[in-house]
Amino acid sequence: MERSPQQTSGTDQRKRLVVGWFSFTCCEDSTILLTELLNDHFDQWKRLVEFRHMTTLKANNSLCGLDVAFIEGAISSESQAEEVRRIRDNAQYVVAIGACACTGKPSTSRNQFASAQINERIRWYLSHFDYGKEVKTLDEVIRVDDMVRGCPMKVPSFLQTLNKYLEHFGIVEHA
Amino acid sequence: MPDRNIVIDTIAKIEGNSALKVVIEDDVVRDLQFIVSDYRRFFATAVRGRRVVAVPSFLSRICGTCSVAHLFASLMAVESAQGITVTEQTKALRRLAYDGLMIRDHALHLYFFVLPDILGVDSILDVSDDPEDLGHTLLHDSFDIKRIGTDITNAVIGAAIHAPWPTVGGFLRSPDPATFPDLVARLEAVRQKVLRGIDTFLGWGASLVRNTDYLGLRNDRRFDFLEGDVVNSNRRRIPQSEFKNYLQYVQIPHSHAEGYRFSDTEEDYLVGALARMNLNRDLLHPRTKDDAASSLSAFPSNNVYHNNLAQAIEILQCVDDAIDILRTLELADEKPVQAQAQAGTGVGLIEAPRGLLYHMAKIDEDGVIDAYDVIVPTAQNQINIENDLKDDFNENLDEDEETLRADAESIVRAYDPCMSCATNFLKIDLIRK
Repeated sequence: MERSPQQTSGTDQRKRLVVGWFSFTCCEDSTILLTELLNDHFDQWKRLVEFRHMTTLKANNSLCGLDVAFIEGAISSESQAEEVRRIRDNAQYVVAIGACACTGKPSTSRNQFASAQINERIRWYLSHFDYGKEVKTLDEVIRVDDMVRGCPMKVPSFLQTLNKYLEHFGIVEHA
Repeated sequence: MPDRNIVIDTIAKIEGNSALKVVIEDDVVRDLQFIVSDYRRFFATAVRGRRVVAVPSFLSRICGTCSVAHLFASLMAVESAQGITVTEQTKALRRLAYDGLMIRDHALHLYFFVLPDILGVDSILDVSDDPEDLGHTLLHDSFDIKRIGTDITNAVIGAAIHAPWPTVGGFLRSPDPATFPDLVARLEAVRQKVLRGIDTFLGWGASLVRNTDYLGLRNDRRFDFLEGDVVNSNRRRIPQSEFKNYLQYVQIPHSHAEGYRFSDTEEDYLVGALARMNLNRDLLHPRTKDDAASSLSAFPSNNVYHNNLAQAIEILQCVDDAIDILRTLELADEKPVQAQAQAGTGVGLIEAPRGLLYHMAKIDEDGVIDAYDVIVPTAQNQINIENDLKDDFNENLDEDEETLRADAESIVRAYDPCMSCATNFLKIDLIRK
């Protein structure tokens, strides 16, 4: 488990939902979509949510004590698999975000390559770095509690899932 | 100075992940590796054997933030290979959608990633809640700027990310012109906020000056992201179809991305907003030129931090260009231009937000992809980024580790690298011997 987190921002000390947002092998479209959602939800979420780990937005990150980890992308290597297992160990709930995490596609395209398609340049990358034999969906590597599907993620589904955990952790009352 | 190792686990606030390893011996940087650590997905191989009509939409999945750029470059490559000439209306709608992309994408980079450096905070989450605070004002400006960019793309191509309406030869569906007056009004209203951003990035004193070559697309008729020939700082002019012949591929052993040199000079080069502003600022919209005059006097510039200022000016350019198009465009009911499948090779070379983006499609007589190639801007900037960082480390070795790390991160961030196109976490290992 990670050591104690550093407080992120200067808001009050009311309980907030502690989340991490992570990205693996994908185009990060859902991460970009999340930054778009901040146009409308920034002030509200700042009161309700502590983004304890989100490298897209901040340098000071911690895995410790996550209520929910949102994970985008497929898993391409054992080092990525180790990283998501570490996230799983530090999070009460894990939500797979977007098509690559939920179904693997299109990041799993190389799983279907015939040997004739793997040219010298691809072979160099596969042998030079720690690419796994196959690209995997998130739930092939760790237990996943919820999925927000879509390419990019479906916004109503994401908002519904976020609200579910805000209610579950008593941050907001059931509407 | 004592030997020391510095490790930064993550360079944050960029699109994706990358790493940096620095080896210092006898107070000189002996080795510096900017490592693109995102795992490749080999999309150019995955499209072989697919029918061309499905390929541009698939390749927009190369990148979430510049998906419209990959979509349009792929459409243009396929159309070129198939001998399809699109209508002026299609060109205008693509230009309008692209203005929306640039507004949203540049604003995300400038306000969400770079602004915290200027304000001296870690993140936009740490910006003051006081409405009178400049940081608070700028951040909330950015929400309106990003939103109008997104709404333009939503209205014109159906979505800002992986847009469904553009297709080979034109559009599957036309925008509703009834949405245009509201977009114009909001664009006019947001101009003042864009100008406040330009002043902010002009006033930032960060500097790293290094002579380098710049490459960008130039259309002599207007400031254009989608049409033109490639030019460099020496005004060497290269037709799109010949562009790749001028690139020297450099395999980078420590990186998942490749690098390139420009064969004319055999040197590194920079692509992106700074290059475009150095090469094409004479072509900016008249309103942009007038209202950003004091900022434009900073160009030509060899200060890599001015890539941020150049992006801020480009937001204004795109606002003004979009207003013109929305006010003058009269939409006709058009179907996509179609052609009999034919064997051929085509190139789509455009300016993505981060610089020149090259797609090449080789298609067989049945309309199936035989070969495909993509060269992204971040890969073209990779060698330049490493050389900039070497200069910065060598000039500042007396600085403390925290300063070296922060400077390295902000230099990388100034390039606005896109790791989905090329990388995914920046871990810095600084090894002193």
